[in-house]
Amino acid sequence: MASYIGSRLLQAIPVLALIGLLSFALFAYVGDPVTIMLGQDYTDAQRIALVHTLGLDRPFYIQYLRFLWAALHGNFGNSYRIAEPVSTLIAQRAPATLELALTGTFISVLIGIPMGVITGIWPRAAFSRVFMVISLIGVSLPVFLTGILLILLFSVVLGWLPSFGRGSVVHIGAWWTTGLLTVSGLKSLILPATTLALFQMTLIVRLVRAEMLEVLRTDYIKFARARGLKTRAINFGHALKNTLVPVITIIGLQLGGLVAFTLVTETVFQWPGLGLLFVQSVAVADIPVMSAYLMMVGVVFVTINLIVDLLYFAVDPRLRVRRSGGGR
Amino acid sequence: MAALLEVDRLCVEFPTRRGVLRALDHVSLSIAAGEVLGVVGESGAGKSLTGAAIIGLLEPPGRIAKGEIRLEGRRIDNLPPSEMRRLRGRRIGAIFQDPLTTLNPLYTIGRQLVETIQTHLPLSDADARARAVSWLEQVGIPGAADRLFSYPHEFSGGMRQRVVIALALCAEPQLVIADEPTTALDVSVQAQIIALLKRLTREHGTSVMLVTHDMGVIAETADRVAVMYAGRVAELGPVASVIQEPAHPYTAGLMASIPALDRRVTRLAQIDGSMPRLNAMPPGCAFHPRCARAVAQCMAEQPGLMAAGRTEAACWVPVKEALHG
Ligand SMILES: Nc1ncnc2c1ncn2[C@@H]1O[C@H](COP(=O)(O)OP(=O)(O)OP(=O)(O)O)[C@@H](O)[C@H]1O
Ligand SMILES: [Mg+2]
Repeated sequence: MASYIGSRLLQAIPVLALIGLLSFALFAYVGDPVTIMLGQDYTDAQRIALVHTLGLDRPFYIQYLRFLWAALHGNFGNSYRIAEPVSTLIAQRAPATLELALTGTFISVLIGIPMGVITGIWPRAAFSRVFMVISLIGVSLPVFLTGILLILLFSVVLGWLPSFGRGSVVHIGAWWTTGLLTVSGLKSLILPATTLALFQMTLIVRLVRAEMLEVLRTDYIKFARARGLKTRAINFGHALKNTLVPVITIIGLQLGGLVAFTLVTETVFQWPGLGLLFVQSVAVADIPVMSAYLMMVGVVFVTINLIVDLLYFAVDPRLRVRRSGGGR
Repeated sequence: MAALLEVDRLCVEFPTRRGVLRALDHVSLSIAAGEVLGVVGESGAGKSLTGAAIIGLLEPPGRIAKGEIRLEGRRIDNLPPSEMRRLRGRRIGAIFQDPLTTLNPLYTIGRQLVETIQTHLPLSDADARARAVSWLEQVGIPGAADRLFSYPHEFSGGMRQRVVIALALCAEPQLVIADEPTTALDVSVQAQIIALLKRLTREHGTSVMLVTHDMGVIAETADRVAVMYAGRVAELGPVASVIQEPAHPYTAGLMASIPALDRRVTRLAQIDGSMPRLNAMPPGCAFHPRCARAVAQCMAEQPGLMAAGRTEAACWVPVKEALHG
């Protein structure tokens, strides 16, 4: 177990270093930070002094290592647009994005898995067919369109829910803000979280359903039936657990895709999270923010992959034996 | 002996786009308490289908179109699903062919045993676990108490089939349907598994419907044999009579093709042609196109099981002379 986690962590290091290189290249070579920071009028002496302070006169690899070292300490320099440390900006925005992404995923898993199981058990039932048509629409609609349609219906026509922003938030501790504790915060969360959940959910339903259909045909399910086990135990125990490995993989990959979808969703709903921060930074070529965002997305991907691997390990005993080299 | 299980003129059909296929046609057989009924026949003869119908697990769209299945005189073919479920495992068990695929790979065998036991018997966790250990010991798993926590992939094929047998018998059903329980196993362990099955079912007084291609196993294990052909029972009788004095020409061909009784019935060397397909069944007796003894009646009228010598055969012109000795 420990060696398995260890080897996974070791594999993550080169991946992160590579992402660091990309994000450093973006930082160092796209745009000219010196010009941007000095503004219109400057003397050569000022310029050389700044180049020296920023360390831009040092060899490439020294700069890269210094960048990594600083990044490890959460230091990505200052934003060009707002003269504040990038780390502060990110810390301010992260709670909003995390709450949105987690709520969206939670909803999609909570609805998606049972619906997948049910439509897999009764593939011919009328409600299964209706649900599959709906989910097909869900898969094919682009996220921004879903968002806009939801705004149109629930904000413009019905006027029930706010169309943008995060509502009022409550501070928890030094740096966390949450919208989950106020009515306006919760109301604001519904539409963007639903938008985010809808796409993921339809994919999860289709995947769980396909896996379910496959597993229900296996001999061990037939044997479980032949032993008279309860239908619920067979469907939601024996069968569902066997669909989990592929489902976890896809949900893991999906969570990666979530980065892209939060970006779109946050833009549509003007949700004050990291995605919106990134979009705003791209518009004015705020390189430090962009490179920090890139770095962070990399870390998120690697972390999710690690979690997915650990979940495999928890679900499938066959992996455990192979990894630990023998066993009984 | 009063019959434990009676299958009475059972017809199983598959509705298809091009009409209804009748896969079992008036199959009748019975199994007495404690008896081992062997079922033989070529591939596609309907052996597995008969087992599936008895245990109530026909795959849709397959359905029982006619006939009855009775357990201790009570009809079970029309029970509501929940009652049929309670009966499975508790009164009729099943052993499948391939032990590599019949165990859930993600649960320990202890969990699978305890779950099965507690589904049918009102036992505490500790008692159910004790019973699980006892069954693992009975099927000859060494270190049974420790092996509760092992996963299926940690056992060899033969050991897994022992676990499957424990799972099938752990709620002590009155009847167990063993559909080719050794076909997927190494030749070296086949005999052990059959011996184990024979011993356990005798000790517990369990009746067995043993489907196999191995006439040697039938001769050694079964009390009576049913020979199936094209979804019908061709011949039914005590094992010695069916082997030595078969009345149905098909059985005669079957037996003659395996003189040493140790080879598998895979292909019939002595009978030309092959079993008719379900969508091209000949009128009359299904065997008549391959039968040297066929007369006009065979092509016109379908024979039912009739007493013929020491067995019952579905044949208008049964064989009279003994095969061996
Ligand atoms: N879903 C189905 N649709 C149509 N026909 C089917 C279906 N399932 C089984 N059959 C037919 O039922 C017949 C009997 O099949 P069964 O599996 O009982 O044969 P078997 O005697 O067990 O053969 P084997 O020795 O190969 O196991 C076969 O002709 C098969 O084609
Ligand atoms: Mg079969």
